[in-house]
Amino acid sequence: MASGSSYADDGLPAYGSGMSQGNAASDLAGCVERPIRFVHRGRVVEVQGAHTTRTLLDWLREDARCSGTKEGCGEGDCGACTVRVGALDGDAVQWKTVNACIQLLPMLDGMALQTVEDLKPAAQACGQALHPAQQAMVECHGSQCGFCTPGFVMSMVQVYERDRAAGTRPTRQQLADDLAGNLCRCTGYRPILDAGERMFELPACPADDAVTAAALRQLATDALLAYTDAQGARAFAPRTVEQLAALRAAMPEARVLAGATDIGLWVNKQHKALPVLISTGRVDAMTRIELLGDGGLAIGAAVPLESAWAVLAGRHPELKEMWLRFASPPVRHAGTLGGNVANGSPIGDGPPVLMTLGARLVLRRGVRERRLALEDFYLDYMKNALEPGEFVQAIEVPAPTFTHLRAYKLSKRFDSDISGLAAGLTLTLDAAGTVQDARFAFGGMAATVKRATQAEAVVRGQPWHEATAEAAAAALARDYTPIDDLRASAGYRQRAAANLLRRFWLETRRDAPLAPAQVSVFAREASA
Amino acid sequence: MNKQAEAFLVDAVRAEVGAVRPHESAHLHVAGEATYIDDIRELDGTLHAALGLSPVAHGRLVAIDVERLRAEPGVAAVLTAADLIGPNDCAPIVKGDDPILAEGAVHYLGQPMFAVIAADRRVARRVAARAKEFVTIEPLPALLTARDAHAAKSYVVPPMHLARGDARAALAQAPHRLKDALSVGGQEQFYLEGQISYAIPLEDDQLLVHCSTQHPTEMQHLVAHALGLQANQVNVQCRRMGGGFGGKESQSALFACVAALAAKRLKRPVKLRLDRDDDFMVTGRRHGFEFDFEVGYDDEGRVLGVEIDLIANAGFSADLSPPVMTRAICHFDNAYWLPHVSMHGYCARTHTQSNTAFRGFGGPQGAIAIEFILDSIARRLGKDPVDVRRANYYGVTSRNVTPYLQTVEDNVLEPLTGRLLETSRYRERRAEIAAFNAASPVLKRGIAFTPVKFGISFNVNHFNQAGALVHVYTDGSVLVNHGGTEMGQGVNTKVAQVVAHELRIPLESVRCTATDTSKVANTSATAASTGADLNGKAAQDAARKIRARLDAFADQQFGRRDVTFGELVQAAYIARVQLWSDGFYATPGLSWDRATMTGKPFFYFAYGAAVSEVVVDTLTGEHKLLAADLLHDVGTSLNPALDIGQVEGAYIQGYGWLTMEELVWHSKSGALLTHAPSTYKIPTANDIPSLRFCTELFDAPNPADTIHRSKAVGEPPLLLPFSALLAIRDAVSAVGGHRVDPPLRAPATPEAVLDAIDAVRRSAA
Repeated sequence: MASGSSYADDGLPAYGSGMSQGNAASDLAGCVERPIRFVHRGRVVEVQGAHTTRTLLDWLREDARCSGTKEGCGEGDCGACTVRVGALDGDAVQWKTVNACIQLLPMLDGMALQTVEDLKPAAQACGQALHPAQQAMVECHGSQCGFCTPGFVMSMVQVYERDRAAGTRPTRQQLADDLAGNLCRCTGYRPILDAGERMFELPACPADDAVTAAALRQLATDALLAYTDAQGARAFAPRTVEQLAALRAAMPEARVLAGATDIGLWVNKQHKALPVLISTGRVDAMTRIELLGDGGLAIGAAVPLESAWAVLAGRHPELKEMWLRFASPPVRHAGTLGGNVANGSPIGDGPPVLMTLGARLVLRRGVRERRLALEDFYLDYMKNALEPGEFVQAIEVPAPTFTHLRAYKLSKRFDSDISGLAAGLTLTLDAAGTVQDARFAFGGMAATVKRATQAEAVVRGQPWHEATAEAAAAALARDYTPIDDLRASAGYRQRAAANLLRRFWLETRRDAPLAPAQVSVFAREASA
Repeated sequence: MNKQAEAFLVDAVRAEVGAVRPHESAHLHVAGEATYIDDIRELDGTLHAALGLSPVAHGRLVAIDVERLRAEPGVAAVLTAADLIGPNDCAPIVKGDDPILAEGAVHYLGQPMFAVIAADRRVARRVAARAKEFVTIEPLPALLTARDAHAAKSYVVPPMHLARGDARAALAQAPHRLKDALSVGGQEQFYLEGQISYAIPLEDDQLLVHCSTQHPTEMQHLVAHALGLQANQVNVQCRRMGGGFGGKESQSALFACVAALAAKRLKRPVKLRLDRDDDFMVTGRRHGFEFDFEVGYDDEGRVLGVEIDLIANAGFSADLSPPVMTRAICHFDNAYWLPHVSMHGYCARTHTQSNTAFRGFGGPQGAIAIEFILDSIARRLGKDPVDVRRANYYGVTSRNVTPYLQTVEDNVLEPLTGRLLETSRYRERRAEIAAFNAASPVLKRGIAFTPVKFGISFNVNHFNQAGALVHVYTDGSVLVNHGGTEMGQGVNTKVAQVVAHELRIPLESVRCTATDTSKVANTSATAASTGADLNGKAAQDAARKIRARLDAFADQQFGRRDVTFGELVQAAYIARVQLWSDGFYATPGLSWDRATMTGKPFFYFAYGAAVSEVVVDTLTGEHKLLAADLLHDVGTSLNPALDIGQVEGAYIQGYGWLTMEELVWHSKSGALLTHAPSTYKIPTANDIPSLRFCTELFDAPNPADTIHRSKAVGEPPLLLPFSALLAIRDAVSAVGGHRVDPPLRAPATPEAVLDAIDAVRRSAA
């Protein structure tokens, strides 16, 4: 497959004729049939004909002939394909790292793109041969086989720009968290972390985004995207909830596309055909987080995970570790909390936390809005309460009324691993230390993320004593019948879930509660 | 200083050997300008191949509906075993054991049965992914674990036995005896660049194959074999790999053969690049091992007699399993003199991917067993494991003969151990940890010291040879070609340093080319850590020949007058002095009798030691690596930066193997369930030691006459993280007051650790 991008310099055919199949759609919700347009190297690139599910990585490597960005896994887990995408934020360009292998081209519409090849020209504009991130990697011996290196460099540029703008420097711990989405099999990472420190000691090379910003402003006036590829598959990028709702209602067979952190795998690994995509990434109202009148939060379903967790962990510092361990920075930049919730995986890390916080979903179909408690949303394994044409518009998190909150995750690796089990636990105590309410939600223990109603019932009305916690731990065996799988055995899940309730008790008991650093090997000084 | 040397000194700015130099490609890596196979711009008309994989672990392959596959839209061709011209075999050792495409039977879930060729890679993959719709297979019973295959006496080669003395008698008389078992899982190489070959047909039935491989010569021969060509018709090239780790030693062959076959059949360039999941499903990895052992020891913890069964999961075919087992058996001793020892190695044939080379090549599996045993002995005797280890160390002048009868002549274990115990504050920290544990109800810390002794050379004598070509151009620039392949380890950098050093010119004047079977012929795999040892010596030989000619010429032409290298070579060219040379090296003094498993298989030993500290959560089994102190013997380093990179990289890679990289196969279907980085977890930057990560080189010249008295470094440090696993065991042991031996398996996932904790709690109760 070839696409008629403006990089095509070798006579590859452009597939403009395919557009005729999409005429009917051009009336829909104000979307207008046009090419995908994004900014690369200061100029506007137009893509026409390329498949709606063509990945940014394939476009880069095969159409744009930019082979610096590598494919390591095709599922957003290794980071070799890390690139940066930018959007206007006032007059400035706000950049974030994403995995090019699971970004579909329609998602790039209206955005700017930066790849590893773009760094040397930028450095040369500052009178240097290499960008400080690149130079530091050379000096610190941060590359061996070199295949992961372009991805690391892009993540490091993200750090460089962030800390340079803030006038700060990252700690090694911060760097390790920032690089959690980049796998290196050769170095053992020490020299890469050295490079992350070293780059700030080199002559500065501040980014100049003026040209990119101007081009993005030009794109901002584009009509809403309706795009039809050579095979007749279509993609839409509405800007309002009303437009999204209209498109969704008109095309119930359409797939709502948020960050593509899962849908990208359907494309790459399952070779799924997705005839209609409706992207939520440009729906302004769904990319906002709002404070509700009662002190709760309404998190738009298209809010990136990174922003959503930042707000949640800002309210509840107990969630900081879960935030860090939820996927990786590039995946959190692309993926959305709404996507995580709507996907409905029994091992999703968002739902146990949201469930214990008492979250409600705002579901939208056409002009109808309804609210549903999260625990009522999941019906069975990968089955949810969405009606045809309905979508998740927002997640409402009420103001906290509980006394204690903890979120625990158990997996084989600290970073970016799928949980063997995860728990969101809240407890409301009265002045006497009696349990008024308890919400214990576990992932990985059943076909859906689910509350431990038996364990909750055992503790409710009881003094929060060790015996109460032990009774709750025992009750979990009645709440769940977990399965054996590649992440953990049923036996481990049962024992570990009970032990997490014991850890919760040790952390929240009235007498001599244990600090995080006394119960978790991953506790950090800041949270201790 | 002689006058010839003086004539060069004008631009001999620095000694290259031993200097810290960046990797020769570092400036390209960081810019995305380093060319890997998939970055080579595709020729017009290039087609893409994808493999149709067996959906069952074992069965009779009755039919492949090739016609229906060909009829799929976009498919240009479909190739099966019937399309091969030569034998259907890409086996490295046991001929006929590794079919290129399944024929008559399928032996594991994931085995390639056919190749779909299409102009669009996505079309080829989409059709190939539907393989089960196009094949007829009668399922047969499958053996999925090494234990099951061992019980069924299903092996890829006959069992191997090596014994010295009388282990049974020594056991019978020993004051203390211990009988136990240990399970150590396998490990995926997870090279970041997946397997790839790009075959281009040339005139007169020749082929150029760009292949990501550690062994271009073997790829050349196997492609020629499968296609009925002579070796001189097949040119294999590899500029660099995005990681190899052993996974591209033999197992790049299947992909080279399929791409070459398709290119020859279709007369079009054909690329076969595997999707990561397919790479996991098709190729093998480090062998998981099961150990059953019995050991007798005295009150000091000295091993008096030990008998052990080493059962490796070889997978469906022999591949490199026989030499892997040989190396495992030759490394069970690790750093220790075992007076009476009896080892039995079984390469169990299972219906899973065929396991292969992976950094250490059986050495780590052999050595981890004795380390686990000594750890248990120490705990049972209530002694510090360091003291038990030292009591068992090889002697310098006595107690210094290995079970395979090689005398250990370069033992630096004691000085190395003494230094590391001091710099790491091992004894003080052990006391601090005991105090911490006494006050900590949930978290327990643990610490461990483990040493490494690793034999360097291929166990097969004739592989220990290498060739190089050095070209000096008339502008004074130098081009080097050698048989080694660059996979990130920096062999090209080291070889270029050697050549620059010999010619007394700056490193910037020397460039290494892609490895190319049309340049140096009959090369060995870049494996067994020997890349710089062998190719460095060969390149040195070539450079010295040129230098000798230039010295003689300079003496005659310039006398004592100063001259630059550029002036000298220009004048030498005019005077018709040969400015290029070949070089050759064969490691001296090696012998190996495969029947008795005795001889001198190793030119020398590389040593190292590590102290690791962890903290374990006794409620969940999670752990965190807190500190690692590594001290490793690289002889006189050719390039300390590259060597430290190898030591640290190996430590973290081995730590991943032993703690988090878990391979899980479905117990009934035999499907590998951990087949992508989403499910198979290698360490990230957050998994490295959080408080202290200190690496030092033990700087002592190699007594053996190696290249500038350096030592090989690729594999030996992979054994250093044994200390991390045993530190976890130490922490678990604290749960039972160090009175109970924790039955810890590897990888030490949270579940494995919690199992061990619960077992200790039960025993201690």
